Amino acid sequence: MTNHYCDLKNADVILIMGSNAAEHHPIAFKWILRAKEKGATIIHVDPRYTRTSARCDFHVPLRSGTDIAFLGGMINYIIENKKYFKDYVLNYTNASFIVGEDYYFKDGLFSGYDAKKRKYDKATWVLEKDGKGIPKRDMTLTHPRSVFQMMKKHYSRYTLDKVSSITGVSKENLLKVYEIYASTGVPDKAGTECYALGWTHHTTGSQNIRTMSIIQLLLGNMGIAGGGINALRGEPNVQGSTDHCILYGNLPGYLKMLPASLDTMEKYLHKYTPESKDPQSANYYSNYPKFFVSFLKSLWEEKATKENEFGYSWLPKMEDGKHYSTMHMFDAMYAGKVKGFFCIGADPAVSTPNSNKVRKALQNLDWLVGENIFNNETYEFWRGPGIDPTKNKTECFLLPAAATMEKEGSQSNSGRWVQWKYKAAEAPGDAIPVGEIEIKIMAAVKKLYEKEGGPNAEAIVNLKWDYLDSKGHFDVIKVAKRINGVFLEDTVIEDKAKKTKTEFKKGQLVPGFGNLQADGKTACGNWIISGSYTADGINKMQARGKEDPTGLGLFPNWSFAWPVNRRILYNRASCDVNGKPYNPKRKLLEWTGDKWVGDVPDGPWPPQADKQKGKYPFIMQKDGLGALFGPGMAEGPFPEHYEPLEGPLEKNPLSSQRMNPAAEIFKSDMDKVANASEKFPYVCTTYSCTEHWCTGALTRWQAWLLEMQPELYVEIGDELAKEKGIKNGERIKVSSIRGEAPCIAMVTKRFKPFHVEGKTVHQVGMPFNYGWLFPKDSTSDSTNMLTPTVGDANTFCPEYKAFMVNVEKL
Amino acid sequence: MSKPELVKLIDTTLCTACRGCQVACKQWNELPGLKTKQLGTYQNPPDLQWNTWTLIRFQEYEDKNKNFQWIFRKDGCMHCTDAACVKVCPSGSLYYTPLKTVGIHRDKCIGCKECVSACPFHIPKYDAKTDKVYKCDLCYSRIRESHAPACVKSCPTGALTIGDKETMMKKAYARAKELGGDANVYGDKFVDGTHVIYVLQFKPEVYDELPVNPKVPLSVVIWKDLLKPLSLLAAGGVLGGVFLHYMIHGPKTPHEDVSGQDGGNTEGGK
Repeated sequence: MTNHYCDLKNADVILIMGSNAAEHHPIAFKWILRAKEKGATIIHVDPRYTRTSARCDFHVPLRSGTDIAFLGGMINYIIENKKYFKDYVLNYTNASFIVGEDYYFKDGLFSGYDAKKRKYDKATWVLEKDGKGIPKRDMTLTHPRSVFQMMKKHYSRYTLDKVSSITGVSKENLLKVYEIYASTGVPDKAGTECYALGWTHHTTGSQNIRTMSIIQLLLGNMGIAGGGINALRGEPNVQGSTDHCILYGNLPGYLKMLPASLDTMEKYLHKYTPESKDPQSANYYSNYPKFFVSFLKSLWEEKATKENEFGYSWLPKMEDGKHYSTMHMFDAMYAGKVKGFFCIGADPAVSTPNSNKVRKALQNLDWLVGENIFNNETYEFWRGPGIDPTKNKTECFLLPAAATMEKEGSQSNSGRWVQWKYKAAEAPGDAIPVGEIEIKIMAAVKKLYEKEGGPNAEAIVNLKWDYLDSKGHFDVIKVAKRINGVFLEDTVIEDKAKKTKTEFKKGQLVPGFGNLQADGKTACGNWIISGSYTADGINKMQARGKEDPTGLGLFPNWSFAWPVNRRILYNRASCDVNGKPYNPKRKLLEWTGDKWVGDVPDGPWPPQADKQKGKYPFIMQKDGLGALFGPGMAEGPFPEHYEPLEGPLEKNPLSSQRMNPAAEIFKSDMDKVANASEKFPYVCTTYSCTEHWCTGALTRWQAWLLEMQPELYVEIGDELAKEKGIKNGERIKVSSIRGEAPCIAMVTKRFKPFHVEGKTVHQVGMPFNYGWLFPKDSTSDSTNMLTPTVGDANTFCPEYKAFMVNVEKL
Repeated sequence: MSKPELVKLIDTTLCTACRGCQVACKQWNELPGLKTKQLGTYQNPPDLQWNTWTLIRFQEYEDKNKNFQWIFRKDGCMHCTDAACVKVCPSGSLYYTPLKTVGIHRDKCIGCKECVSACPFHIPKYDAKTDKVYKCDLCYSRIRESHAPACVKSCPTGALTIGDKETMMKKAYARAKELGGDANVYGDKFVDGTHVIYVLQFKPEVYDELPVNPKVPLSVVIWKDLLKPLSLLAAGGVLGGVFLHYMIHGPKTPHEDVSGQDGGNTEGGK
């Protein structure tokens, strides 16, 4: 989240879209109800009426996979009706920048597309610079190639009629949402958006979110209390997981993973360290080398030296242009290229798309190591339905892991609050924390490499993993301190602005990432978490102060929020260019003439009206401003509606590009697709339920939970059920071109048919919380038998939420 | 000092049907989760049971103007002031606690099931295996130590709150007023007032399994309030009459003029 959970109570309008917040974030939902108590309007846009809809002011159903069309229509409405916050747009976004001459958009494609590679050459997606290298600007916003005018032109195609026809949302409902939400484009109103997997589980997932970011920038809702873009993250510490680089394309702290072609650190740092010639752009990522080198030092410490590029060549690299997401991994496994698999705290035989392909792939493994608190379908794949265990040669291990309440450590919530928690019980039997399992395995691997050598042996043999305590157990404090960062030698830090010099001793913890060095003097496991300890060794994540001096729910003394305990990101944009709050009644930050008072400011520099020392508020952007034109995305600088990989329409009503032109298509024989097929005429979406967690691998064993939600069901609208003669509670079958899912029919008024491009399109939905292993008499298996192997073009988050099925009586 | 009379307030307009309460109740009272089937609804088990003392009821409601609402209602013992179950219980198992809630001494329950028939809200549930009846006791073990009931503690949105009667009734009426429309307060106008009060969004008749005018059954009133006292009176009268008769007429003595009727042992003709 750019903001945080408690801050939701400050909003005047809350749009819940791409989320079923009441069901999947039930505790956090209370902050949304607090806003409602204070008079906020809460809107729920979702294909299905859910428990969230019941508590919102109104519900608007839309067809799965059409969020960009819906939001694009809102951008059009905001521009046409001049609902944008002009002062904010002019000063804090790149609306006034001039788009390069060679950029164009035509019939669904941007300039630079290679159809064979399904990839863009982004060379033309540039903003013009003047002779000094500073972006050209037209502050009247009338230049035909200004970002503002180009954006206006792009979204002028998203008329009410067009959007209604694509999304199945009535024009009345579209206008209702647009009017209410756009009313927050004034200084004293705040609008916020809550999203989750309803937006990310699409081939256009990242662009779904980016479209909303554009809306928030236009309305001046970024950086203010009650505003922002708020991703409601998953429970098993998903925020912590992504912060610490569980995703293949990242290094800790969202640094970039290395492509093989960048074979020297100089090349790598040159590519990923942005440069700006504008003195008013803080361009904080210009400090990238400090974060990166400190990370390398945290791995190999004294073995990482200036001479060996701090061990740069020891880091594994990705093949250029290749991707290593879960879907890619199983694709390679299916092709026989992956022989060993560590499956930690996961159940991909149920959770990864296209379960039939995944389970076939698992059979190619030589070995599988599971680390989990319970057994699940993945670890039992070798004797799953239809598999003869005598014909399978995979050696399977299941290592018992301690559960969350059986270990001490930090947990990060969606609001970036890294909260320390304690051990409540001993783990049973031999179960130990997963961290300890990894350290022990690595210690044994290290010994083998020392004895036998091997490829890239130095990377392993030189590892400084000093994370066990005197009894040989995982020492979470040692790890936490390493993550925070430490001075490896006596260091003197000069602050030129304040004209001070501070001396730090070898072994002292760094007070924040501002002290990290690119010359090897500091080691830091994760720069964004730096500052979670004080230099005196106090763990700020343990803090539990309930003071709230601003009354906005910032709670600055409760745990540690990354970065540097800043509670709301981009908060300098909550003030005008002189540093005066746009809304004095909801004062997040204020410039007093020599400093900022309120939340931790997003950079200590004066407001940008000070041409000498002032900086723009979006300090992590190269140009210092919010990006309306965003060239960093795989499929275009402006979000554009594309249909899902598998949808009900033969053509995209907006252009000749039916689906995301940059999304990768998997080509194994098990990757069948049935678009606009009579055989699979219904849109299907998948989700969870409050009572189960993900695949149910943890919750199906829990009698109280299973009692409430005992079996797999499909939610099917009463009109479709009537058409097919399906009765409530009847056993039926849902199928896609990839597989089948027998389940119970739940006939409901909460799904209504959509009118899309002149035809009636029905949508159904299923939870994915069930598998064959437990309960023993279960007659259903994974819902992901149905889903396709396809994902977002930027992140490869799978498209679980829009594909085509048939529903039949058995 | 006497303890305050408590009221637990259920504001259905804040409930997200997360069912934290349904599970918290089982956890505190050590009740099992039993095998159920998916019958085409989120509501499970389908009804209150011996092992399910509170149940969230799910109801899809479309009013005459086609406005749709998914209604959630937390069902469970209403803790009546004039409780039919206490009235009817022969063993003293069901009783009024000092906090005016309806408690249950399960060891005294003889499984007669009179309470099951008598309750206007259909709350007590019988278990054949243990031959006993079960229901919510408003977490008496917790509230007597000034802790909130398990359900109230677990509720994330504040739909469940508990406090002294006067404060909670004020809160309930203020909330109904704030909601407007058909919103109303349910529970205070019958059975001398219940200690579980609802704020409802719609009129009571809209809700599944919610009696519009719950009463202690007439048969129970006649039996317990009329016939039983009368029968006690009658029994007392009989005893009193016998005593009086004894006092006035003395013990029964055999009559002197017994004529030839000496037991019928005479044989032969007369």
